[in-house]
Amino acid sequence: MYILSKYNGFIVLRNRIKNAWAQINVELKRRYDLIPNLVNAVKGYMQYEKEVLENVVKARSMAIEAKTVKEQGEAETELTKSLKTLFAVMENYPELKANENVLKLQEELTATENRIAFSRQFYNDIVMRYNAGIQMFPGNIIAGMFNFKPEEYFEIELPEEKEVPKVNLGL
Amino acid sequence: MVYDEIARNRRKSFFLLILFSIFTVFVCYFIGAAWFESGIGGLIFGFTISLIMSLISFYTGDKVLLSSVGAQEASREEYPVLHNVTEELTIASGLPKPKIYIVPDPSPNAFAAGRNPENAKIAVNEGLLRILNREELQGVIAHELSHIKNSDIMFATVVSVLLGMVIILSTLFRGTLWWGGGRSRDRDSGGAGAIIIIIGLLLAILAPIAAQLIQLALSRNREYLADASAALMTRNPIGLANALRKISGTKVPSRTANDAVAPLYIAAPFKGIDVKTLFSTHPPIEERIKRLEEMAYVSK
Repeated sequence: MYILSKYNGFIVLRNRIKNAWAQINVELKRRYDLIPNLVNAVKGYMQYEKEVLENVVKARSMAIEAKTVKEQGEAETELTKSLKTLFAVMENYPELKANENVLKLQEELTATENRIAFSRQFYNDIVMRYNAGIQMFPGNIIAGMFNFKPEEYFEIELPEEKEVPKVNLGL
Repeated sequence: MVYDEIARNRRKSFFLLILFSIFTVFVCYFIGAAWFESGIGGLIFGFTISLIMSLISFYTGDKVLLSSVGAQEASREEYPVLHNVTEELTIASGLPKPKIYIVPDPSPNAFAAGRNPENAKIAVNEGLLRILNREELQGVIAHELSHIKNSDIMFATVVSVLLGMVIILSTLFRGTLWWGGGRSRDRDSGGAGAIIIIIGLLLAILAPIAAQLIQLALSRNREYLADASAALMTRNPIGLANALRKISGTKVPSRTANDAVAPLYIAAPFKGIDVKTLFSTHPPIEERIKRLEEMAYVSK
């Protein structure tokens, strides 16, 4: 009985991990869809910041076209960075703050950035629970019997982001 | 550490709840014995009535509370940021998205209601949206979602069953003595019976006060727990700390708060009456800010 419930518990957690991973991709897709709208909306105002905008567009298409998980990870990191720069530069344009459409898009993108960060955080939270479950006694015996393997954490490559508490997953 | 803070508050909740249960059983048993010579009878009587009352408020309380403050459901079109912030946090916490309500009140505050995550509701005062930035709002919503995640409405219901038992039995016992009733008097077998009645009377006067103090201690404990859970959910204790600082800094009096919702708010809504910590539903805001800032410091 006990073994059965433990076993089922592991299965549930493993499925939730898969689901959380899928959720991250949903959020990334959302970001790909929003970016062109924002770029088009601000293009007219930001003649002198072509490079900033180009970086965003470039990183986005690199992320979409990425073949491997590693490539995609790098491109996504680049995209997060370039968006941060864009938001920072946008602060210098008061006209943008008066444009309702731009404000709306900016809020949606901010929300999406948070959703991406939180879906990764949630993924790591359940991986931690699952790994702890199959590594601690007596779960480790049951995990060994049915061959449950520890899952890998999602890690952020940006060194400066690791210092921000929001993404400090080691908390 | 956030994890330590959460574990510490959970342990304390558990300990207080056990203490409260023992206390309630003891008081009800004794009053039952003094009143109608059956301790078990007293326990069953008090438990049944209190359970029914608490269950009614468990199932209907959220609607009563929301309408008592005039809360209106917040539309996505009118409050996009509030909806976005809430959705982000449901991703972080794995909870279903609660219904969001707006209370037409300029005083900055918020509360959560609903008996389980599927029926959860979050109500936010207009004044809160006016003074907080996105990051601070995120902290407050995370605090409210933490109440939902920690099943605090369920917890409060269990506590109110215990509190109700003590209050019902004590009140009835004082009443019967006052009006000269009490079945035990007819079958009084002498001095021992009189002593039991005197002790019972003392208990009936003091126990409700003691029970309320334990309930308040539990309520404060759940606030600390929700703060710590919110810090874990957002990985950003400073957002909530800043929000609390802004909320406590405003002097706008609440127009809608009443005694029933007061314990549920993120910050005690009635200011100016500087109640002693022991009699307060919420911990002092300075202490909450201090603990949040310590969590931020350690996590860096």
